Amino acid sequence: MGSTTSELPLRRTPLTDTAETGLKVVIVGGFGVGKTTLVRSVSEIRPLNTEEVMTQAGVGVDETGAVASKTSTTVAFDFGRISLNARMVLYLFGAPGQERFWFLWDRLFSGTLGAVVLVDTRRMDDSWYAIDRLEHHRTPFVVAVNRFDEDTARYSLDEIRQALALPGHVPMVDCDARVRQSGKDVLITLVDHLYELAMAQEATP
Amino acid sequence: MTRKPVDTGDPDRLYTVTSGRSRADDSFDLVTLIVSESGPTAGMQSEHARILRLCRHPTAVVEIAAELGLPITVVRILLGDLLGTGRITARHPQATRSLADLPDSALLKEVLHGLHNL
Repeated sequence: MGSTTSELPLRRTPLTDTAETGLKVVIVGGFGVGKTTLVRSVSEIRPLNTEEVMTQAGVGVDETGAVASKTSTTVAFDFGRISLNARMVLYLFGAPGQERFWFLWDRLFSGTLGAVVLVDTRRMDDSWYAIDRLEHHRTPFVVAVNRFDEDTARYSLDEIRQALALPGHVPMVDCDARVRQSGKDVLITLVDHLYELAMAQEATP
Repeated sequence: MTRKPVDTGDPDRLYTVTSGRSRADDSFDLVTLIVSESGPTAGMQSEHARILRLCRHPTAVVEIAAELGLPITVVRILLGDLLGTGRITARHPQATRSLADLPDSALLKEVLHGLHNL
């Protein structure tokens, strides 16, 4: 994974006692696109890893008993944390875009503020499925293009928008997932977008 | 980062941790913040005791799962036990909205403000 710009403490620092509202943002992207790097660059804790168990039917833990029955499979995801103020904490989840993950969406990520689709221009195909699923779940999202050093092709954002058949209202942004300020800008792009959507919705009676 | 898989390799262990139960309390969101209301007591199941120690300060369900190395569902079951006996309180995220609803603009404005101040 890429270099980091900040040193995170080894021990997980606790939240302040006034923290009361947890919020979620999900970063979706194919393997190796830099999800963990992006989480790490903006998180106040070292990214942690956890798992959820699901059966192949995708309905969660088997009703008939065994928590880890033979048909169960696990989906792993990373997460980090940003304390926004004394009351609000934003959790960032780096989630694999593969098919089985989406079965868990409702159980894990219902109520999520929005999502970032992290795109690697060398493997753009990986992004199709994520965009399709987010639209299906009616989760607002932005697309962030992670520009690696060796990203010499430099497709423009317009070219990428066309390649992904992305509607004009979905914001796109260039980023370098290793850089904290760049990661911040991606999140601000997302929340700006959500804010505009919310204002538009509130203006409609 | 080195990916350290959560230890789910031993089904018997998870079965024991939850006393064979597999239905979790779905009211615990990933980002519900848990706070201990009392300390561990002698003879308490070790996972329950670990949660109580961890949650002296507010701790999200997903952080508890990561710290204990247990799947989310198992942690939800254990938290249900502790909530039922009044040993923890839960600070839930704002009421789950219908799928298409957006959070209100005031909340989003606060989030934006927080991000700009990072």
